[in-house]
Amino acid sequence: MNLRIPPLLRRAVPAGLLALASAAAHAQLAIEITGAGANRMPVAVATFEGENALPRAVTDVVRADLERSGLFKMVELGPSPMGADAPVDFGRVRSRGADAVAVGTVSPSGAGRYQIQVRLHDTPKQVSLGSQAMVMAPQHYRATGHRIADFIYEKLTGEPGVFSTRIAYVLKSGSRYELQIADADGSNAQTALASKEPIISPAWSPDGSRLAYVSFEAKKPVVYVHSIATGQRNVAANFKGSNSAPAWSPDGRRLAVVLTKDGQSQLYSVNADGSGVQRLASSSGIDTEPAWSPDGMIYFTSDRGGSPQIYRVPGSGGDAQRVTFEGSYNVSPRPSPDGKSLVYVSRNGGRFQVTMLDLASRQTQILTDSSKDESPSFAPNGRMVLYATEVGGRGVLAAVSSDGRVKQRLSVQSGDVREPAWGPQPRN
Amino acid sequence: MKLVRFTLPLIAASVLAACSSAPGLDGQGAAVEDRSGAASSGVDSSRVTTVTADGVGGAGIAALKDPKNILSKRSVLFDYDSYVIKDQYRPLVEAHAKFLVANPTMKMLIQGNTDERGSREYNLALGQKRADAVKKALGLLGVAEGQLESVSLGEEKPSCNDATEACWAANRRGDMLYSGEF
Repeated sequence: MNLRIPPLLRRAVPAGLLALASAAAHAQLAIEITGAGANRMPVAVATFEGENALPRAVTDVVRADLERSGLFKMVELGPSPMGADAPVDFGRVRSRGADAVAVGTVSPSGAGRYQIQVRLHDTPKQVSLGSQAMVMAPQHYRATGHRIADFIYEKLTGEPGVFSTRIAYVLKSGSRYELQIADADGSNAQTALASKEPIISPAWSPDGSRLAYVSFEAKKPVVYVHSIATGQRNVAANFKGSNSAPAWSPDGRRLAVVLTKDGQSQLYSVNADGSGVQRLASSSGIDTEPAWSPDGMIYFTSDRGGSPQIYRVPGSGGDAQRVTFEGSYNVSPRPSPDGKSLVYVSRNGGRFQVTMLDLASRQTQILTDSSKDESPSFAPNGRMVLYATEVGGRGVLAAVSSDGRVKQRLSVQSGDVREPAWGPQPRN
Repeated sequence: MKLVRFTLPLIAASVLAACSSAPGLDGQGAAVEDRSGAASSGVDSSRVTTVTADGVGGAGIAALKDPKNILSKRSVLFDYDSYVIKDQYRPLVEAHAKFLVANPTMKMLIQGNTDERGSREYNLALGQKRADAVKKALGLLGVAEGQLESVSLGEEKPSCNDATEACWAANRRGDMLYSGEF
C-alpha cells in the first residue's frame, strides 16, 4: 500500500521534507489488508490530467482508499492521463476489466490553488455517473484524495464513504501514553494529549470537535472534555472514587458517565462542563460502558444478573431491559449508526471477540478470528467496525466489515495501539 | 495568639490519648507536643523538625514498613471475575483495621486492580468492586468512613506484565496505601 511516487516528482520534493516524513514514519499507523470482500468491483482511477503539478499524485490516495475498503479491485490503466471532459476510450478501459473508471483534470485556479474536476463513468453502459469539482491548496492533496474517494464510493455503493473521517486511539510507548488523532487511513497522526499515566475510553463529540476521555494523571480515573483544535480541556467528572466511560448524547450536550461516588459503578449523566449530574439507572451490581443509540436509548454493560451482559435504558433514565442472553461475558456495546444492530465483545471459550447482534432478528455473528478484542467502534456509515486486538503480544488496531468479510490491521513499528474510537463525518 | 497556638495541639494530644487504648501509641502525645514546640519557638532557623503527615509518630510508620509485621503486607488477591475477600486474607484486613482504628488520623487509599483480560472499562468497575470490598471489610471492623477512599486502576497498572496465569493472579488485587504513600 506504499504510495508510488514517480521519479520525476520524487526529485521535486525537497530533501528535508523526505527526511521529516521518514522520521515521523515510526509513529505512523501502517495499514495492512488482511481480508477482502468476495465480489470486489473492478474499478480504474486514471491518472488525472495536470495532477503532476501537485506535490504527490492525488489519484494514489484515491486508489489506496478504494482498495482498502475491500469492496473494489483496482485496475491499472497506465500513466497516460485522462481528463474530466475528454472522450473516454471505453473499449480500452473495458479490455482491462474495469466496470467503472474515474477521470479528472487538475488546473490552476489562482493564488497557488488548484481546481480539480472528477467524473465517474460506468464502462459497460458507457454513461457518466456524475462529476464533482473542488478547489484545493496543493499541500492538501491527501484530504482532496479522500473526498474524491468518498464521491466514487457513494456513487458506486449508494452509501457515504468514510475516507475523510478521523480516528482517535491511545499509543503506549514504554511508560508514555499518547492520545492521538489520525486520518482514517492512519496517516497524519497528531498527539492531542501526552501523559505518564494511562489514558482510556476516548469518545468523539457528535460534531467531531471534542474528545471526552478518562485520564489517570490525578492518580485516579477522572473524565475530561478536550477541544481538539485548541487543546483546551475541562474536567467533566471528578467525584470521590472513580470516574469513567464517557459517552456523548446525540445532541452533544450531555455525557453519560460512570461514577462510584455513591458506592458501586453506576450510570449518571452530566453536562459537558461537568454541571447538572443526574442518575440514569440503579442496580446492586456494576453498571458501566454506556453508549447512546440514535433513538435515544443507552446501551450498557451490567453484571446485575450475575455475569456481565448488555442492557438498555431510556436516555432520560428508567427501567433497564436485558439485551444479550447467550454466553457469560458480553461487554462494550456500541449501537450501529442506524440503530438496527449492536456490536460488542463476547467471550467464547476464553477468546474475546467482536460480535454483531441484529436487534430485530436477534441473530448474532462473531466477526473476528482473534482472541483479545476490545473497544469496538462503528464507522459513521456503519460499514466497518474498528477495534483493538493483540498480534504477537503487541496491541494493534483492526477493522472488520459488518459482514465479517473485509479485514484490515493498523499498527505502529513500536508501541501498543489501543482504545480506538472512529470519529464522525466531518461537517463542511 | 499564643494561647490558641498551645491550645490546639493540646486538645489534639488529649483526643489522641483518650482514643489510644491500644498498645504502641504512647509516643503519639509526645510527637504532637514536639511539633507545637518547634512552631512556637520558631527562631532557630537551622533546626529541622521532621513532620509526618497526619500526626502519626515514627513507631506507627515503622510497623507499616517492618517486613516481620503483618502490616507491611498490603495486597489482597482475588479470584478471576470475583470481588470476594478470601478467608486467607482476613487476618491481614483485620490487622490493618486495628491499626486504622488505633490511628484515627491515618488515611488509607485502596486501589483495586484487575488482570488484563476483557474490557478495560468493565475491569475498571471490577477493580472498584475489589477496592470497595476491602473498604467495606475495614468499615465493618470499625474503621471510620472518612479514613478510607476506594478507587480503581482497572487493568492499567499491572504489577506483573506476562500473559500467564500466575501473573494474572498477581494483578487481581486490592492494594492498601497509607497517607504519604500515594
